[in-house]
Amino acid sequence: MSIAAKFEIEYLQYLDAEGKQVRDDLPAFTQDLEYMVKLYKLMMSTRVFDAKSIALQRTGKLGTYASCLGHEAAHVGIGSAMKPEDVYAPSYREYGAQLYRGVQPREVYMYWGGDERGNDYQNEPARHDFAWSVPIATQCLHAAGSALAFKIRGEKRVAVCTIGDGGSSKGDFYGAINIAGAQNLPMVAVIVNNQWAISVPRKIQSGAPTLAQKGIAAGLYCIQVDGNDIIAVRKAMEDALERARNGEGGSVIEAVTYRLGDHTTADDARRYRGEDEVKEGWAKEPMKRLRNWLVAKGVWDDAKEEAWKAECDDWMDNEVNAYLETKTQPITAMFDYTYAEIPADLEKQREFALALEKKAH
Amino acid sequence: MAQITLIEAVTQALAYEMAHDDSVVVLGEDVGVNGGVFRATQGLQQKFGELRVLDTPLDETTIAGVTVGMAVQGMKPVAEAQFEGFIYPMMEQIACHAARMRNRTRGRLTVPAVFRAPWGGGIHAPEHHSEANEHLFTNIPGLRVVMPSSPARAYGLLLAAIRDPDPVMFFEPKRIYRQYKEEVPDDGEALPLDVCFVLRDGTDVTLVTWGAPVKECLEAADALAEQGISAEVIDVATLTPLDFDTIAESVSKTGRCVIVHEAPKTAGFGAEIAARVAEECLYELLAPVERVTGYDIHTPLYRLEMKQMPSTARIVDAALRTLAAS
Ligand SMILES: Cc1ncc(C[n+]2csc(CCOP(=O)(O)OP(=O)(O)O)c2C)c(N)n1
Repeated sequence: MSIAAKFEIEYLQYLDAEGKQVRDDLPAFTQDLEYMVKLYKLMMSTRVFDAKSIALQRTGKLGTYASCLGHEAAHVGIGSAMKPEDVYAPSYREYGAQLYRGVQPREVYMYWGGDERGNDYQNEPARHDFAWSVPIATQCLHAAGSALAFKIRGEKRVAVCTIGDGGSSKGDFYGAINIAGAQNLPMVAVIVNNQWAISVPRKIQSGAPTLAQKGIAAGLYCIQVDGNDIIAVRKAMEDALERARNGEGGSVIEAVTYRLGDHTTADDARRYRGEDEVKEGWAKEPMKRLRNWLVAKGVWDDAKEEAWKAECDDWMDNEVNAYLETKTQPITAMFDYTYAEIPADLEKQREFALALEKKAH
Repeated sequence: MAQITLIEAVTQALAYEMAHDDSVVVLGEDVGVNGGVFRATQGLQQKFGELRVLDTPLDETTIAGVTVGMAVQGMKPVAEAQFEGFIYPMMEQIACHAARMRNRTRGRLTVPAVFRAPWGGGIHAPEHHSEANEHLFTNIPGLRVVMPSSPARAYGLLLAAIRDPDPVMFFEPKRIYRQYKEEVPDDGEALPLDVCFVLRDGTDVTLVTWGAPVKECLEAADALAEQGISAEVIDVATLTPLDFDTIAESVSKTGRCVIVHEAPKTAGFGAEIAARVAEECLYELLAPVERVTGYDIHTPLYRLEMKQMPSTARIVDAALRTLAAS
């Protein structure tokens, strides 16, 4: 019998759980230790931001919130590798990548606080990125469409989407990587495999040994990386983005990580997964290994850690205050963005609602 | 006898039917170990095993499509969409296959399936978790669109839905999932589909509604009674096929009709009822038909969400307008 196709999926890791280098060929960006400290700092601010969000939710100041605890390396790795002109189509918990691209914590709070203005990112480059996608996997097709637009217009830009292990089961994901392969699109799809889709474990999503290999069928470049190792994530991203920018096509990166928290604040993970597993997850968590590595290089220490933590706390307190001081939109806002110009019939409904509101007060 | 909530009634009906009919299978995201994100399927996997209560991959198209396949093979699948807002990817399978299988095969193949979804707003949920879009399904021939408004009706109607030989959309108003308890005997007694329930007799105005706003309509009827106005309240329960006779009889008696629903006004199911009232009861009407509905907008995030819902005050206002008109 002759073989029609054969494939392998490479697994990339530079730092082990303790922050020891497992290979010598560190990527070039790691030589800039100041930059590596910057990445660590952003991972930390992401974690502080996340803790604040959960505290806000627990005290009734935020609605349901999706935590990013444990995803800091994956998310910051994605965001930091992208260029400003690239476009990002996230799902609903990639704050680390978004903070890098200028999304303000107050905007995230606003969104989960029930206010659409949280989607109106003020800072570039986030301002040209997509807003969070709650319907699973749908954003992958938006990345493919964006990439198609870049190709048609001859722009050297890349569209990046992130998707969960669960979301990679959805037809939208397959459709997106398929057209990316067929059209040789500048697109990078990152599967952030945190092992759980709410209560459903990774093994129920797919019988394939890696999720990365789904891209093989679509003709994309595929790799699996340690998603808790920011060096690995960033390196894989960097390579994928460069290939895409050079017209060499799209990639699927599977970042293997672990969801350390509940799925959202509305979820109780103790119902469906054991303590041991979570403990093991903590042993591999992403902050410790980068911290150890930076400490070993002599560029980080406890004093710096505390000082930065205090700065993050101040930053987030400030953001929380800005959020809490934001007044609820007037009732008319429900109508004002449905169309570019409000149609006459809807205007009548708007006036009716406004009159009701006045009557109630 | 135990007092149970609407969601517990859903669980009770599923458990009853699974125990009495081996062909009933529950499938969806998180329905197994977790018992569903709202706990509607709580305990069922422990009782009936992993093959009859199946956690699926995260893909609604898969869930709906394999539901059709299983149903055609003689199983009675009960599929869950985690939230109403995530039922859209199921629509192709529901509209193109589940709804038409019987017709296009002249009855050779059929789809005795139930598609359940927590429906509607009012629980402070994130984006896409609060849609009221039953009207998208009432426009598809071959489906039954059913919405319970109390624990007893959830139990009885869900049993009927599972036993029904055709596909049923079963929309559960999550705002009232845990609002109150009611005694619901676990006797396997189904309620009839395709009939409206008259919840309160009245002579001056008919309030027609379904699902969660039944609560506001009953409150409005109380408020109207205090003003000496007698309101009849009809819970449509099965939207399609519609039992228009019950509505016609009531509107002919009262001469006034107020239709209340959460979904957007334009082409909402209220439009259908209003048109039928115009067609069949025009000469009995004493006032124009009124509709109290959501506006023609996307369900707002939760800060403004309640401003879009039909409130008791709006229903009372509308009823008073029909009285002032005659
Ligand atoms: C189309 C769709 N179906 C269901 C849901 C409800 N839901 C929200 S998150 C989630 C699990 C997602 O898991 P995964 O894709 O692995 O991403 P993770 O949350 O782990 O980051 C589900 C089922 C949804 N948002 N969209």
